[in-house]
Amino acid sequence: MLAADRIIAVALMGLSLYFMWHATVLPIGWVEGSGPGGGSFPFWLSAIMLGASAIVLLRSFTRAAPHKNEKFIPDADAIPQILGVSGLLIATIAATPLVGAYVALMAFLVFYLRIFGHHGWLLIGILTIATPVFLFFFFEVTLKILLPKGITEPLFIPLYAQFF
Amino acid sequence: MEILALLAEGFATSLSPLNIMIVLIGVTAGLFIGAMPGLGSVNGVAIVLPLTFIVPPSSAIILLAAIYYGAMYGGAVSSILLGIPGASTAVATTFDGRPMAQKGEAGLALIAAAVASFVGGTISVILFTIFAVPLADLALAFGPAEEFALVLMAFTTFVGLGGDDIFKTIVMISLGLVLSTVGLDLISGQPRLIFFDMPGFYSGISFLVLAIGVYGVGEVLYTIETSRTSPAVTPARLSFAELRAGLVRMNRLWRTMSFGSVLGFFVGMLPAAGATPAALMSYGMAKSMSKKPETFGRGNIEGVAAPETANNAASTGSLLPMLTLGIPGSPTTALLLGGMVMWGLVPGPMLFIESPDFVWGLISSLYTANLAAVLINIALIPIFVWALRMPFSVLCAMVLVLCIVGGFAPSQKMHDVWLIAVFGIAGYVLRKADYPLAPLVLALVLGPLMEKSFRQALIGEQGNILVFVERPLSALFVALSVLFFLLPIIKMVARRRSKSTAPAE
Repeated sequence: MLAADRIIAVALMGLSLYFMWHATVLPIGWVEGSGPGGGSFPFWLSAIMLGASAIVLLRSFTRAAPHKNEKFIPDADAIPQILGVSGLLIATIAATPLVGAYVALMAFLVFYLRIFGHHGWLLIGILTIATPVFLFFFFEVTLKILLPKGITEPLFIPLYAQFF
Repeated sequence: MEILALLAEGFATSLSPLNIMIVLIGVTAGLFIGAMPGLGSVNGVAIVLPLTFIVPPSSAIILLAAIYYGAMYGGAVSSILLGIPGASTAVATTFDGRPMAQKGEAGLALIAAAVASFVGGTISVILFTIFAVPLADLALAFGPAEEFALVLMAFTTFVGLGGDDIFKTIVMISLGLVLSTVGLDLISGQPRLIFFDMPGFYSGISFLVLAIGVYGVGEVLYTIETSRTSPAVTPARLSFAELRAGLVRMNRLWRTMSFGSVLGFFVGMLPAAGATPAALMSYGMAKSMSKKPETFGRGNIEGVAAPETANNAASTGSLLPMLTLGIPGSPTTALLLGGMVMWGLVPGPMLFIESPDFVWGLISSLYTANLAAVLINIALIPIFVWALRMPFSVLCAMVLVLCIVGGFAPSQKMHDVWLIAVFGIAGYVLRKADYPLAPLVLALVLGPLMEKSFRQALIGEQGNILVFVERPLSALFVALSVLFFLLPIIKMVARRRSKSTAPAE
């Protein structure tokens, strides 16, 4: 917990410095007669964030640090699950513009339910087919919000002709 | 009398066939979301918000409020049947609800929770109706200085009353406020904080993206870690005889339920407090006032009634500042506020003047949602028992799919979907390191108002910073903010002093 606490505090300090650097594009000081400039709100709030995360970091070196004895990562077998789900999510988002939302989400469901849920193929099959059908009718037909199709676009042309 | 007339007009809106149907759908969805371990009202509202484009704004907010309500009822179900609180707001319900279920009184505990929620909901909605107009009238006198001071006060309550690590709370408030400034400067219109020159940042970071990330993806990751083994569901039988017996026993608990409702309502109004501390306080109060405090924690029905009245009352209480002042009292109401802004409605006192049909439609829908929730809750108990056996991985997969598609739908940009993944993973890590997430979401929602009112007040007074303490109401809010901010230091000094004066052992 202690090491994780320090790494996170340092990361937040870095993030605040990055924000501060970005905020300096607009005036960060007092503009005569009108108050703070456009960059001042983000700049000084990032400075407060920097200060507070620095205190969190410094405090971890003193005896007053809370949660010192807690473990950040509870069980070893949770790590592959968390990393796996995060990776699968990122892969799905990355694949969406290329192969379209429907194919990406169907692949996501198959992988997720099989690898992390250990479910049977029947349940996986039902969910993998029912979900995109629901999404199509809810978002595209009812709300007229088109989801990304990527290379699968031509497959949808007959469906568009049917429903629009 | 005028309020009754307005309320009657509101019922004309909320009792339209569409809105009745919406209340029924929302309450049922909320009950199921609330009953699922790990998912609470805030997760439900975050995930469902992008789907509400299907109905007009006034119905959409009724839908979300009904989900909010339903989830508050539903939270008790998994507390009692699984021993795992459906949401943090239902933690106190496990103390006596679980022992009751283990004694074979699961049905009775569920009835007690439902009836108590109904009483808490009803009393608090009546309080809401009484206080809404005077509070909105008071807020009409607010200028930018008062608005800024009020938002400042909302944030300092997190520092003084939040109970989380103070410095981590300050980090999260600042982070949320900085993220709210991404996009175009409110006054000059110039771009700022456009990270990596990505065009997606020009339109700012939507509260919805942060909320779906933190409360959708982040919550799923957290739940995967904490509940990998499926817990055992305690069977609940329910007969009419049991229902009648439950009602008779609840009838003796009026004092506890009234105290819990009033306490919950007022605690719920504070942004940093809300339903969880309200429920715990109500439980503590019921125990200390009881003639048999030793029976608490061993399956006392009063220990279920007290927190359940308070958490429902608190959820209504947190709607009051959101609707009248534009300052949400909880993360869920922050999302409702963000949703209203998205639909072109500006919460605050002007809403009562400009859209009375909307405001009173919403208020009256709380009455109908409350009644619907208690009836549906009791009727669906057998289905809950069945639904709680659903493998958690199926639920997680569905939530993640809805996060991806729901994040894409409002803006139709993949940029937002990427941000959801980033916020989800970052939110999970921050939560694990005890950084509170509620102030982050609230800060992102309130950030634009805070900056705008701060700079408008200063422009109006030619840069005179004293404007915030020269106006009486604003000065009062600033003074309270200073008090809340210093509260942890005052507490620490008091603790040290009492330690040093205590006799040495």
